[in-house]
Amino acid sequence: MELLIAATLLVLAVFLGVELITKVPPTLHTPLMSGSNAVSGITIVGALLAAGADHSTFTAVLGFVAVTMAMINVVGGFLVTHRMLHMFGPRRRRAAADQSGTDGEDL
Amino acid sequence: MDDWAALGYLLAAVLFILGLKRLSRPRTAVRGNQYGAAGMLVAVLVTLTDNSIIGFEWVVGGLILGTVVGALLAVKVQMTAMPELVALFNGFGGGASVLVAAASYTQAVDLSIETSRLSSSAALASLIGAVAFTGSLVAFAKLREALHWSGFRGITLLSALGVAAALVFAVLMVVDSENALWLWLLVGVGAVVGLLVVAPIGGADMPVVIALLNSLSGMAAVAAGFVLDNSLLIIAGSLVGASGLILTQIMCVAMNRTLPAVMFSPAPVGDGAEADDVYAGRVRSTSPDDVAMLLESAERVAIVPGYGLAVAQAQHAVRDLTRRLTDRGTEVVFGIHPVAGRMPGHMNVLLAEAEVSYERLVEMDDINPTFEQTDVTIVIGANDVVNPVARTDPSSPIAGMPILDVDKSDVVVVIKRSLSPGFAGISNPLFAADNSLMLFGDGREAVVDITKSLQHL
Repeated sequence: MELLIAATLLVLAVFLGVELITKVPPTLHTPLMSGSNAVSGITIVGALLAAGADHSTFTAVLGFVAVTMAMINVVGGFLVTHRMLHMFGPRRRRAAADQSGTDGEDL
Repeated sequence: MDDWAALGYLLAAVLFILGLKRLSRPRTAVRGNQYGAAGMLVAVLVTLTDNSIIGFEWVVGGLILGTVVGALLAVKVQMTAMPELVALFNGFGGGASVLVAAASYTQAVDLSIETSRLSSSAALASLIGAVAFTGSLVAFAKLREALHWSGFRGITLLSALGVAAALVFAVLMVVDSENALWLWLLVGVGAVVGLLVVAPIGGADMPVVIALLNSLSGMAAVAAGFVLDNSLLIIAGSLVGASGLILTQIMCVAMNRTLPAVMFSPAPVGDGAEADDVYAGRVRSTSPDDVAMLLESAERVAIVPGYGLAVAQAQHAVRDLTRRLTDRGTEVVFGIHPVAGRMPGHMNVLLAEAEVSYERLVEMDDINPTFEQTDVTIVIGANDVVNPVARTDPSSPIAGMPILDVDKSDVVVVIKRSLSPGFAGISNPLFAADNSLMLFGDGREAVVDITKSLQHL
């Protein structure tokens, strides 16, 4: 990829990110953070390539550690965001109300 | 990379973008997060089909180990510990980018195919990633209260020297690419800089740091994308980088401080010497029974939570009190300051965990005009964000910081352990105001007692 094309992608994606993120209400800022944090684990792509390249044991170990770290970031990040967002959704409150036998009215 | 793989990466990028878009509303946010996860799955699967992956033992081992550890951490964590977990995950992301850059650079040097573009982007990825890695780990340790070290005089100068040394190593990496030594020196210096920069920052400034570190891990992924010549890393990393920067800016505005001020000058701290003048003879303390009686006749009640709510784990007790009050027909709202807690949106997550509807949580700008029509405001574990001095005293360390105007409501009940100052180290005239009552004690117990008293009325 030409450097200029890569730079174009970078600039456009930053503008897109700014547009998308400014629309997120403060109440969702923590899940936004942990969710976008999980997306930054995209470096997993490079980690997989390094771990599987079969170049030298040293680079394979670097790749292995990178895959592990990136995967913790990705799996942990998306899961914990899911847990949090689930609490914001209407479904959980209904389920909780069913359990406690109340009328399920939102607090 | 063949065209199919490129298309797969494009699909992943689109899924990330749609996911972020859906994160902007509570109703669609769960789906948004699933889009993001799906995008990541597509990216991983496409990469695994890449011809350059020959051996799978390290690949599969890392995938399994990372999945197990990540899932365990995510499932076990308490909602009050969310800030430190996000910091920890963020550190791992930054660390992974460092290792990716290091592995690519080492390979290129061994095969003598390195270019100045590869070397310079590897230098950038190593530096940013290393700062994000140790910075996040320090933030994690500070949030867990496992680390109390806050640096020493001249630490900023040392960080600046570190950055200068890092730039020298980066240039050497590009100029002298005979071996990978410079890269590791660069990583080492970056790691030390991350440690030095984050160590002095604490308490109420934490939300800014967490947001900034989040942004850095995205930028490290962008730099790794330049190393690998991979468009998906560039796009996804940029989205995260932009997201973190915006949150950083929102947090700075909410504290009326600039980013350099947060990073490089310790928070202006009062010495609390004026405490006697402010409080002497004017502080009135109250009991849970009296507060319950006040609440009984109130039509509109506002609750203002702060970090103390998280410390006391009082969110469920607050939910019960809210339920009791709304059952009696009282209107209850929550006033949320943007920097209440230790990360952006911290209070909202805690209250959501306790099943308080997000529709009850009102932002600062929206709730401030309504305090005059509020009968009782209960402040739980918040201090500086409700200190009227920010409005009245231009010489105060928090002068100009936007605050919640709780003092304008008819009665303010402040639940707090003592009169000790908050993060800014200054006295709070709110505690001595004519319409204020102090309820001293643990936040959770106090709220439970009020709810019980209310039941018996």
